Amino acid sequence: MLQDAENILEVEDLEVAFGGTPVLHRISFAMRRGERVAIVGQSGSGKSTAIGAILRLLPGSGRITHGSIVLGAGRTRGDVEDLAAASEPVLRRIRGQRVALVPQDPMSNLNPAMKIGPQVADAIVASRRGTDGGRPDRAEVRQRAIALLSEAGIPDAERRYGQYPHEFSGGMRQRVLIAIALAGEPELLIADEPTSALDVTVQRQILNHLQSLVDARGTSLLFITHDLGLAADRTDRIIVMSEGRIVEVGTPRQILLNPQEEYTQRLVAAAPSVAAVLDAEPLTPPAAAKDATSPILVVENLVKEFALRGRRGSTVRAVNDVSFAVERGTTTAVVGESGSGKTTVARIILGLETASSGRALIDGESLTTTRGAQRRALRRKVQPVFQDPYGSLDPTYSIERLIDEPLRIFGVGDRPGRRERVGELLDQVALPRAVAQRRPNELSGGQRQRVAIARALALEPELLICDEAVSALDVLVQDQILGLLADLQDRLGLTYLFITHDLSVVRQIASDVVVMKSGDVVETGSVDDVFNRPHAEYTKELLGAIPGATFAA
Amino acid sequence: MAVETLPPGVAAGAGEGLGSGRGRILSSLRSNPLGITGGIMLVVVVLAAVLAPVLAPYPPTEVHFDTPFQRPLTEGFLLGTDDLGRDILSRLLFGIQTSLQVGVLSVLLAVVVGTPLGLLAGYSRGFDAVISRLTDVTLAFPFLIIAVGLAAISGPSLGNAAIALGIAQIPTMIRVVRGETLRIKESDFVLGARTMDASPTWIMLRHVLPNATSAIIVQATVIMPVAVIGEALLSFLGLGIQPPTPSLGIMLSDAQQYIFRAPSAAIFPGIAIALICLAFNLFGDALRDAFDPTNTPRKGHR
Repeated sequence: MLQDAENILEVEDLEVAFGGTPVLHRISFAMRRGERVAIVGQSGSGKSTAIGAILRLLPGSGRITHGSIVLGAGRTRGDVEDLAAASEPVLRRIRGQRVALVPQDPMSNLNPAMKIGPQVADAIVASRRGTDGGRPDRAEVRQRAIALLSEAGIPDAERRYGQYPHEFSGGMRQRVLIAIALAGEPELLIADEPTSALDVTVQRQILNHLQSLVDARGTSLLFITHDLGLAADRTDRIIVMSEGRIVEVGTPRQILLNPQEEYTQRLVAAAPSVAAVLDAEPLTPPAAAKDATSPILVVENLVKEFALRGRRGSTVRAVNDVSFAVERGTTTAVVGESGSGKTTVARIILGLETASSGRALIDGESLTTTRGAQRRALRRKVQPVFQDPYGSLDPTYSIERLIDEPLRIFGVGDRPGRRERVGELLDQVALPRAVAQRRPNELSGGQRQRVAIARALALEPELLICDEAVSALDVLVQDQILGLLADLQDRLGLTYLFITHDLSVVRQIASDVVVMKSGDVVETGSVDDVFNRPHAEYTKELLGAIPGATFAA
Repeated sequence: MAVETLPPGVAAGAGEGLGSGRGRILSSLRSNPLGITGGIMLVVVVLAAVLAPVLAPYPPTEVHFDTPFQRPLTEGFLLGTDDLGRDILSRLLFGIQTSLQVGVLSVLLAVVVGTPLGLLAGYSRGFDAVISRLTDVTLAFPFLIIAVGLAAISGPSLGNAAIALGIAQIPTMIRVVRGETLRIKESDFVLGARTMDASPTWIMLRHVLPNATSAIIVQATVIMPVAVIGEALLSFLGLGIQPPTPSLGIMLSDAQQYIFRAPSAAIFPGIAIALICLAFNLFGDALRDAFDPTNTPRKGHR
């Protein structure tokens, strides 16, 4: 049944349906032993369904309705098996032993009530089930678990063996998950977006480590990701999927530099990490657009301390002496990893938090010190666009009510006037006026983010604070929203403060950058300066961690 | 600029919104067999209560001294008679009516008083300190002790029983609404409203309350059977409805004296109480599942 003995996996005409609707349409691909293959696609492309089918762990009503998934014979154990037809007992001997999974979310994939070590030990014991009948030697399993943990890059594994998941950072938890996946010495490792929840610098460490482990063992790696740059950096071959079909297959070089299919071309053009290195053509007008007027936003020596819960008097400094200014009509990006204090800065500017000391001035006034009518006037000048378009729109409201809520709060216009304004705003964000009567959960993520932008624009603000406004979106949609923002800036003369963790987005939209790390400003300057001549060590590290950099040449 | 086309199937997707898709909630209820059972039982119970004057063969207090202790299925008395020869079927129908009256009134009281207090406690720390401590103190006493105490003080009557039961349920209602408020006020859309200078009243009434409605409705269906049992218990103890007005609790209490001679006089009101509670519990469970967005089967899994 295996067509080529050198293949570890052959997927033929695989069709998967949920209920009656097929979501995978007869896909076929093969993987050679030791090969690293990436499946790239946006959400809904069927990439997770494909690996669910390979592991025969499809959620809910998912069924394989056609095709075969042939796993090559193991080097030391196991025969050729058709996973699509195998019985559950056979599958149990395959999962974790011959095929293992590194799951996506390190936060929810470890049992929070169980120590780290025993979770790895469990995987070891489970992977030996059925091979030798004897009871595993506990001390030996423990030694093996510790060895695996240190191999996965956990320092002082002996001591950390007895710790709980909450004592580990996200990156460390992902390493534990890798150790668990490697426990059965699998020949095929499936990594489902293993680092999408992590910061870029951590992401790079983890992937480097995973790669060295896989290379040393000759394990085949099937890598699922939405990030084309990441796939290009890490694998030998890329499979591009869209809507349950394989669109294109090729080496990273072929896909990135010479994509054949229209969909792949769009994906490559939109992929921010690739665009950041391939062509550095900014979407925003160059800094020449700056006029020499006073800056619209001035942040001066901003400090924010949070009291630590349960420890009287002790505080943690989230923001430490941050100063920068934003010129009218430009885009400034605040970049940093999680915990860098960038969101706290945004919240202080929006008046949602009060600063411990220092000021954030919009046209010379601060939201935290003004009151009454003055404060209301100031509010109209600054509006936010939040990260999660699912959480930032009240699900009980219709789109029309969502967009005209700020108008109602400020008592702007009468009913027909407001209705007309909602129509205009929908036009501005390129949504059909017919969506006005819909509710947010009937719209896609990108459409919701457009609604959020329309709502922010309702009061004709001068400054938009975009807190990770595109991070939750698929690359193609992200590209469209960034284009929309650039377009609106052109037409309405808006100023953006763009809070993001994604340096490649910065390159696309911003003219100035503020790099933050653990509450401090590490570096500020124009995008060109910071990207081409970074001074701070941390900035260099961040830039080096952008995936897709291998194709800079 | 290219715009993502409106995918027609999106509405049927993961379903994040509460209260948004009324159709979705109905269809979820309809696809849940327990919900259907509960719903049908609920309709039957409510119809029995509303149509009691039409359905009952005799006035509930009419005595037939010549035919006491009739067995069920005797001619003229479908469910038999009690010690005074009163028709048990008629008394049962009117008893259900009073039980539901007390139940609805006490639930209304708990919702009307508990919801604003819960909103205040959840939204403002100052109010929270006072309201939540009082709630804690009240919750330290068993529900029935409070209800019995209040009913004993205010004197026995239908209205007082409803008030006593309602007051005893207010703390749980406050807890539920407060919890929902705490959750909702942290959401991005409330933050967004704050940056638009929306007042706390605006946020509470227009954002928090609509999003908490599902939780309030579900909690109301949980309180309802408790109130019905509570009414039966108060009446049984002589602290609720006064004879000769029929009530399920009074029927039970009366039947106790001749339980071995005419067990049917106790069995039927007992069954009625059990059915009412079951109906509300089943329906409430199904309603909670229908409102819970994480519980809907995901159609569009990638």
